[in-house]
Amino acid sequence: MTTLPTSTDKKLGLVIDLDTCVGCHACVVSCKGWNTENYGAPLSDQNAYSGAASGTFLNRVHSYEVQPADKPAQLIHFPKSCLHCEDAPCVTVCPTGASYKRTEDGIVLVNEKDCIGCGLCAWACPYGARELDAEEKVMKKCTLCVDRIYNNNLPEEDRQPACVRTCPAGARHFGDLGDPDSAVSQLVAERGGMDLMPEQGTKPVNKYLPPRPKDAAPEFDVLAPYLEPVATDGKGFVGWLDKALSALPGGAK
Amino acid sequence: MNKQPVLDTSPHVSDEVRKTTCYMCACRCGINVHMKDGKVAYIEGNKDHPVNQGVLCAKGSAGIMQHNAPSRLRAPLKRVGPRGSGEFEEISWDEALTIATDWLAPLRAEAPEKLAFFTGRDQSQSFTSLWAQGFGTPNYAAHGGFCSVNMAAAGIYTMGGAFWEFGQPDWDNTKLFMLFGVAEDHDSNPIKIGIGKIKKRGARMIGVNPIRTGYNAVADDWVGITPGTDGLFILALVHCLMKAGRVDLDYLARFTNASVLVNEDPKSDQFGLLLNDKDGNPQVIDRRTGKLAPWNGKGVEPDLSGTYRHKGVTHRPVFHHMADRYLADEYAPEAVAERCGIPAERIRAIAADLARVAFDEAIELDREWTDFRGVKHTKMVGRPVSMHAMRGISAHSNGFQTCRALHMLQIILGTVEVPGGMRFKPPYPKPATAHPKPHYNVQPGQALDGPHLGYPHGPNDLCLRDDGTPARIDKAYSWDNPMSAHGLMHMVISNAYAGDPYKVDTLFMYMANMSWNSSMNTSGVMNMLTDTDENGDYVIPHIIYSDAYSSEMVAYADLIFPDTTYLERHDCISLLDRPICEADAVADAIRWPVVEPDRDVRGFQSVLCELGGRLGLPGFVNEDGSQKYADYADYITNHIRRPGIGPLAGFRMGENGLQDGRGDANAGQLDSYIANGGFWMEHVPDNAAYYKPFSEEYQTWAVKMGFYDSPQPYIFQLYVEPMRRFQLAAEGHGTRQPPDHLREQIKRVMDPLPIWYAALEDGHVDPVEYPIHALTQRPMAMYHSWGTQNAWLRQIHGANPLYVPTKVWEANGFEDGDWARVTSTHGSITVPVAHQASLNENTVWTWNAIGKRKGAWALAEDASEANKGFLLNHLIHELLPPKGDGLRWSNSDPITGQAAWFDLRVKIEKSAPPDASQPAFPAIKSPVPKGPTNQAWKVGK
Repeated sequence: MTTLPTSTDKKLGLVIDLDTCVGCHACVVSCKGWNTENYGAPLSDQNAYSGAASGTFLNRVHSYEVQPADKPAQLIHFPKSCLHCEDAPCVTVCPTGASYKRTEDGIVLVNEKDCIGCGLCAWACPYGARELDAEEKVMKKCTLCVDRIYNNNLPEEDRQPACVRTCPAGARHFGDLGDPDSAVSQLVAERGGMDLMPEQGTKPVNKYLPPRPKDAAPEFDVLAPYLEPVATDGKGFVGWLDKALSALPGGAK
Repeated sequence: MNKQPVLDTSPHVSDEVRKTTCYMCACRCGINVHMKDGKVAYIEGNKDHPVNQGVLCAKGSAGIMQHNAPSRLRAPLKRVGPRGSGEFEEISWDEALTIATDWLAPLRAEAPEKLAFFTGRDQSQSFTSLWAQGFGTPNYAAHGGFCSVNMAAAGIYTMGGAFWEFGQPDWDNTKLFMLFGVAEDHDSNPIKIGIGKIKKRGARMIGVNPIRTGYNAVADDWVGITPGTDGLFILALVHCLMKAGRVDLDYLARFTNASVLVNEDPKSDQFGLLLNDKDGNPQVIDRRTGKLAPWNGKGVEPDLSGTYRHKGVTHRPVFHHMADRYLADEYAPEAVAERCGIPAERIRAIAADLARVAFDEAIELDREWTDFRGVKHTKMVGRPVSMHAMRGISAHSNGFQTCRALHMLQIILGTVEVPGGMRFKPPYPKPATAHPKPHYNVQPGQALDGPHLGYPHGPNDLCLRDDGTPARIDKAYSWDNPMSAHGLMHMVISNAYAGDPYKVDTLFMYMANMSWNSSMNTSGVMNMLTDTDENGDYVIPHIIYSDAYSSEMVAYADLIFPDTTYLERHDCISLLDRPICEADAVADAIRWPVVEPDRDVRGFQSVLCELGGRLGLPGFVNEDGSQKYADYADYITNHIRRPGIGPLAGFRMGENGLQDGRGDANAGQLDSYIANGGFWMEHVPDNAAYYKPFSEEYQTWAVKMGFYDSPQPYIFQLYVEPMRRFQLAAEGHGTRQPPDHLREQIKRVMDPLPIWYAALEDGHVDPVEYPIHALTQRPMAMYHSWGTQNAWLRQIHGANPLYVPTKVWEANGFEDGDWARVTSTHGSITVPVAHQASLNENTVWTWNAIGKRKGAWALAEDASEANKGFLLNHLIHELLPPKGDGLRWSNSDPITGQAAWFDLRVKIEKSAPPDASQPAFPAIKSPVPKGPTNQAWKVGK
C-alpha cells in the first residue's frame, strides 16, 4: 500500500465551468495529442479504423439531460478527468507505490516504471478517471500536464495544461486551489464551485462551477413599459411616427 | 512517506514550430505545428492568430490523425472496373493530365459548356473560378448552394454581408445575444470564444433551435421552435416592436432605405420601384426642406414619414409599407404561436427583452466619426443586442426570406454596425451593387465574358439562353431561382443526368462527396452516375474528381487527381475569396508545406495550373503559350487581379519597400507570411471600427487597403428593389418574362419586404401522414465526412442514433437499443434510436455525415459508421414530389436555389433490429490499403 503526503505545498487543479462548457471535446483531443506524444507511454487506440474504436483518453466529456419539473429539459456537458484528490483512494490502494501524490503541488501521477497494470487504482477511483492502456498495460491518467506547467522549453504563457490552453469557450481554468487568493480560488468562491461527489470523502482538488439557472421568467412586466402599443395599424403608426420624429433631437420640421 | 520519482518537468517539446492554417473544417484557424525529426508531433492553436487566438477545437487538435490517415490517396488513378466499383489502377501524373487534356480540349474548342466544374468545400474559389472562366464554361460554382447561400445572399442584398466571414456579434460589448438554429458548423472557434466572453461578463444568451445541444445547451433561455417557422417568429417580434414604437427611428431614417420613396401607381411599370432622380439616385424627403433630395445628399435629413405626390402618383417611404405589413394581425404573437410552437406570451417577453436591452441599456463609445452626408458625430451609440444564425434558418425553402427577416429585425433595433451589435469584417460590408453580376456568355475557344457568380438586380441579369432556357447546368440565375448567388451544386448531377437543360460531357469536381453525404437522394445519385444510355455509354460520359482521401465519391469517377493533405500544400485564404478577417482587423493567411508529401500527390490548385497551361487557358499561359504559373505558390505570389491587387494583401512591394493592401508582386511574399506566423493582419482604425457602410473614415481606409477603388457608402436595403423587379416581370411588365408556370411563385416569394411562407415541402407532403420534422446537426468534433477516417475523432462520433423527443418516444413505446423505420415521401431508412427530452416535441434529428459506405475511407467493413451509422440524405430528394405537371420542381429555395435540407417531414415506427442500418450498399473496393487495427502514435523517441 502507498501512503499519501500529509499535506502538499500547493493544490494544483482545474476549475471547470459547467455554465460555459459547450461540449465541443476540444479538451479531450488536445489532451490526447499532448499525452500521446509526451509523458509516459502513448495513449493507444484499439480498432483504430474498424469496429467500434476504443482508445485511451485521460479526459472525456459526458452529456447528461436534466429534466426540471416545471421547465424544459436541459443538457449539461460534463468534462471529467482525474480530480487530484487530497485523499486519493487510487494512491493508497496501489500495491507497488507506482501511484503517488506529489508533495510540491498535489498532482496525482503514475510512475509507469513501477506500474504492474493490476487495475486496483481504477477500481478504487469513484470517478472512473483512470484508464488502463490496452497496448502498454500501464495505468494512464491526467497528469495535469506536469510536463507543460513547469516546462522551460515552452513560452511562459503556454505553461498550463493542454486542455486549458485549447478550451475555445474558456470554460477550463488552472491554478492553485490551496491559495485562497489565487484566481481559481476566487472564481470558486464567486460562483459557488463544488466538489464532485463529496460524500466519497476523497476531497477532490478540481472544482466544478454549476450552471446558472436557465429559462427563468422575465423579471419585468412584459407589456409595460417595453411593449406598450403606440398604434394598432399602419395609419395609426404614421400618426405616431410624425410625433416621434419631431421629438428626436433636431427633429422638428 | 514514499520517495517520489525524479521527473524531468522540462522535456524537449519539439525541434521546430511551423505555423500554418488549419483545414480540419472551414473555420481556418491558425495552428502551431510542432515538428520532431521532420514529422508532425503535436498541433495547437496559434495565439497571435485573429480567428482562434490560440484556442483550437477537437478537429484541429486531431489534425495529426487526418494528415497521417490510411485513407490518403497515393497516386493518380484511372478507373479500370465499372463506375462505382472502386477498381482503379495507379497511373503517372503525365498520363492523368494527358487523359484530362484529351477530354477537355475538344470541349473547349467546340462547346465549353459541356464541362461542368464544381468545387465543393473549396477554399480557393477566386482561383478555381478564374480557371473556369478561362475555360469558358458557364458551369462553375462551389458548394454554397447546398450550404448557406440564403444567409449569405440575404445579408449581401439587405445590408452588405451576414455572419461568419462577413460579420460577427460585438462579443466585447453585447449584452443580449440571440442565436438561431444550428451554428456549431461555421465560425466554430470564434463563436465559442464569443460565448465564453458573454458568459464571463454575465451577459445573456437566447437560443432558438428545435434541438437543445451544443451552444443551445448553455443558452440562458431556450426556444424550442418548430423547424421552418423562424421567419414567422421573427416577424412576430418585428410586429411587437413596431407596434410599441420600439424601433430606432433615427438610425432607420439615416442609414436604411426605410426613408426612400416607393412608387404606388399600380398601372405604372415603375409600380413598387424606388423613386429615382435623373442620376438614378433613390429619393427621400429632406426633413429640413420638406422637398425631394437624393438619399446621399450633403446634410440631407431623410424623413421616414413624409410622402410625395407627383403627376397624380403617390410615393410613400418604405417605412409606411413596413408599418402596413408588420402591424397586421397576421403577425401578432397569438396568430403565430401555434405554428411556431412558442406561446404568445413568450414571444412578447422576448420582444420586450430586445427592446429593453437595445434602448434602455444603450451604450456609448467616445469616438468621433463622420457619416457620408458629411455629418459629424461625437459618439458611437450602441444598442447591445446581437444575433447570429447560419445554416439552421438558411436550409429551408423559405430560408432567404427568413434570413432577410432576421436582418430586418437587427436593423429596426439599430443594432447593425454599432457597439454591442453585429459588426462587419473587412473587406465587408459590400452591398449587392458592389459585387459583380453573373456572367454566362459562352464562345467556343474563348474565356467566359466575366465572373460566373454575382448578384442580379433584375430579370435582365438572369443567365438565360436566347430561347429563354437556363444557360447553366444547375439552372442558377433562371426563373426557377433568380438570385442563386452561389449556384446549385446539388442539382448538377440530377440535371446533367436528365439532360435538363442540356447534357454535359465532363463532370469535374473537387472535394465534394456527391455520391454520399453531399447529395440529396444518395442512392438515386449513385444510379445517375453509373447509368448508361442506349449505346451502353455512361449518361454522364466523363467524371474527373480530386480528393486527398478515399471518399465515397472516388469510386464514381473515371480519373482521380490525388490532392495533398492540408499540411503538405500551399493555399491562400484571400481577401478576393472567403476571408478570415475580424471586425477590428483585415487579415489573410496562407498554408504552406510544413511537410512534403510522401506519396505521388499534388495540390489540386497546382494541378489546375498545369492543366490550364496544357489547355492554353487565358490567364494560365504566357504570350508564347507556355504555362504561366509553375504551381499554386507561383500563382499566389505573382497573380495580379487588378492593378496593385493580388491574392494576398500583406507584404506587397511598393516604391519604398514592403507595404500592405496595394502593391506589386513580391517574390518573397510567402516567406514573409511564414515568418509572420502564416498570416497578415492590419487593424481597423478606432474611428472606423463601427458604422462601416456609412463612415467616411472607414470608406477612406477601405480604399487605401484596396477593398475597392473609390468610397462606396450605402444604406441598408430593408426594401430590396431587385426582388420587386422580378415581381414586376411576373406581373407582366417588361420584355423578359417568366414562364407561366413560375409566374405565381415569383409574385408570391420575391416580395421586396421580408415575408414568411410555409416550407414548400409542406405544400407537397401530407403533414398528417408525415407529422414529424427531421433535421441534422453538425457535431462540433467532426466536419462533414472527413472526420471518420480520423482515429481519434471517430471515437467521439463513431455512430449516430436518431434522437427522438419524449412524446414520439413514448407513443412508439421505444426503449434503449431499439431501431426505427423512418419514412418520408421519398424513401425509408431503418436506424437506431435514442431518447432526448431537450427537443422540440415534433422533431427528430441526427448528426450529419457520420454514416459511411462500406469500403470507403480505408475503414474495415465492420466499422461502426458503416453498420450503425446512417444518412438522412436517403429521405430527401433533390426534387419535390411530382405535381402532375410534368415539370421537375427543385427541392430548393425558389429565390436562391438553396438546398432545402431542413424542410424534411417523416413518419416513424418501431422496427426489428436489422443487421445494419438500412439502406445498406455493397462494399466498394478500396483504392488504398485498410488502416492498422491498433495504433500507439508517437513520433518522438
